[in-house]
Amino acid sequence: MEKAVQQMPKKNLLSSQIDLSKFEKATEEEKRQQDVMSESTTFFKDGMKRLMKNPLAVGSMIFLILVILVIIFAPMIVPYDYASINTVNGVRDKGAKNMKPFEYSEMELEYMAQGGTVFPHIMGTDEQCRDYFMRVVYGTRVSLSVGLVASVMVLIIGLLYGSISGYFGGKVDLVMMRIVDIIYSLPDLLMVILLSVVLQATLGTALEGTILARLGSNLIALFVVYALLYWVGMARLVRGQILTIKNNDYVLAAKATGAKSGRIIKKHIIPNCISVIFISTALQVPSAIFTESYLSFLGLGVANPMPSLGSLANYARGGLNSYPYKLLFPAVVIILIVLSFNLLGDGLRDAFDPKLKK
Amino acid sequence: MSSEYLVEVKDLKQYFPIKTGFFKTTPLKAVDGVSFDIKPGETLGLVGESGCGKTTVGRSILRLYEPTGGSVKYMGEEITASNMQEHRKHMQMVFQDPYSSLNPRMTVEDIIGEPLDVHKLYSSKQERREKILGLMELVGLNAEHATRYAHEFSGGQRQRIGIARALAVDPKFIVCDEAVSALDVSIQAQVINMFEDLQEKLGVAYLFIAHDLLVVKHISNRIAVMYLGRVVEIGEADEVYNNPQHPYTQSLLSAVPIPDPIIAKKSQRIVLTGDVPSPMNMPSGCAFRTRCRFATEQCAQECPSLTERKNGSQVACFHQ
Ligand SMILES: Nc1ncnc2c1ncn2[C@@H]1O[C@H](COP(=O)(O)OP(=O)(O)OP(=O)(O)O)[C@@H](O)[C@H]1O
Ligand SMILES: [Mg+2]
Repeated sequence: MEKAVQQMPKKNLLSSQIDLSKFEKATEEEKRQQDVMSESTTFFKDGMKRLMKNPLAVGSMIFLILVILVIIFAPMIVPYDYASINTVNGVRDKGAKNMKPFEYSEMELEYMAQGGTVFPHIMGTDEQCRDYFMRVVYGTRVSLSVGLVASVMVLIIGLLYGSISGYFGGKVDLVMMRIVDIIYSLPDLLMVILLSVVLQATLGTALEGTILARLGSNLIALFVVYALLYWVGMARLVRGQILTIKNNDYVLAAKATGAKSGRIIKKHIIPNCISVIFISTALQVPSAIFTESYLSFLGLGVANPMPSLGSLANYARGGLNSYPYKLLFPAVVIILIVLSFNLLGDGLRDAFDPKLKK
Repeated sequence: MSSEYLVEVKDLKQYFPIKTGFFKTTPLKAVDGVSFDIKPGETLGLVGESGCGKTTVGRSILRLYEPTGGSVKYMGEEITASNMQEHRKHMQMVFQDPYSSLNPRMTVEDIIGEPLDVHKLYSSKQERREKILGLMELVGLNAEHATRYAHEFSGGQRQRIGIARALAVDPKFIVCDEAVSALDVSIQAQVINMFEDLQEKLGVAYLFIAHDLLVVKHISNRIAVMYLGRVVEIGEADEVYNNPQHPYTQSLLSAVPIPDPIIAKKSQRIVLTGDVPSPMNMPSGCAFRTRCRFATEQCAQECPSLTERKNGSQVACFHQ
């Protein structure tokens, strides 16, 4: 080695030829260091660890947990109702109209002067003398549940349809996927409008007195549309996943060892597509919230007096010049929730896709 | 019921239906009448260019594809779809691609343990673990790595995991599908040596698939040469290598790079003209005739069958 280095022709000043004399032999310890592999953990722990290193995803998670805590506990602490006019000491307070945040009405000031305590109106009140904070809280409740319920519906239908299509393949797959293509090409907004008109006429009376009536036929139409239209994306995703995994050599290897289909599905197919499916469900939530919001904004969402973030934004349009904060509150909440779900979904994807692992 | 041979393959056919029109399907004859036998503890090398059906032969023998025709016997007993489950303990496979043949969501321990789980080859967790660690040692893997995931390993290590999995059921016959092609040359040699050591220790027989004749010659007792789904020449490894009879084998051998430039200059290269015909649209008669120097009228009309030559090789060619 030494000799070979000396025999090398002298290096030209500008040449990029490597100067071997500058290299040292690796010591035994250095060699051993190369051999040590990174700490091994389970797939889930590994993914969570990487997720925790992503500040955006962690921030989003904290924000979403805060939002959920607020919408669960705020109604227990704040003594106001989302649907009815404010009362002071049992008397309806007609003067509490369109107040600014933390402003008190005359009746409330009077009551406080007498020694009573009044909970502040954190976001003011609306033109029907209702506490706006409570309306935003309930609106968030509605929007979030719509998002979650719609996503779970999409997940269930898409998962069943997609796995049948992908697993059986051949002619079954061909027919099922052509149906998906047709549904994919239907304009969703038009379908929502048509369905809510039809459902309003048919369901309107049938629902009277049930819990569903409080949701209103528009919201039910929205769910029906989701169940009918939006699962196709999920079905395509699941089918594609199963088709690619089915053709992997490790499935063939499992067959060669004698594993039965049950074992292959349980040990090989599901673990390899479950994270992708969960992540795209997480990304489905903001899209459902967004759809609900813009439909409510167009007047096709939940029925009055039930608020949703979209319908609150819609009502706020009327007094936009005088009370801009009324649009600001629900809009900011929508933006932050949708953004957090998207960032969290992205973070999950980065953390749980082993192919992206460094 | 026993016979001299461990595995007998007779007239194996594997056609894949390929869609050629909206309602029409044409059979793709990936394997078209392949026959050979393998004795216990022997290695048969199977060579041929890409797409000639080597992998398909291996997979059809193991019933990973349901064969279109022909028979496969293990120790004289015909293998059917119903008794295959039992034979999966006797016949195993090492896959071509060490990356896609290991499930990325399973630890090495579970990958190697899968055959043990499937055939319930242990009575306690302790025994399972011991068996797995024994297998890992056998193929030269560090026992500390048992709880790691496949993606944490290099190509050579992955191939060893695949080999350990194949060995888990203590098989008598292993199909090695280009088990070294995806590896670096230096690691190839290691893995090939390991295959030989294992054969010595465990007495397994191999069907060793490769497209590199040098590798195959080194490890095989006999060699079969495939062209477009058929075996064109089969014989003792040395005879096939040093004294090739079929024009296709001759051209394959002349394409092997020779390390010595002086010998390389002297030996003339037979360069094949034309492309490989599509297996969906095979030429009549001998499949090789479109690229053969010696092709005659007869080659276009009849398909030559394997006949024995003076050196003991069986060759499918009219040209002597
Ligand atoms: N599942 C399948 N469906 C349809 N055609 C197939 C299938 N598997 C293989 N084939 C076709 O059969 C022919 C032989 O393929 P095979 O994989 O056996 O070739 P090979 O000799 O192993 O090639 P390589 O050296 O590249 O691995 C090819 O033309 C291939 O396209
Ligand atoms: Mg192959």
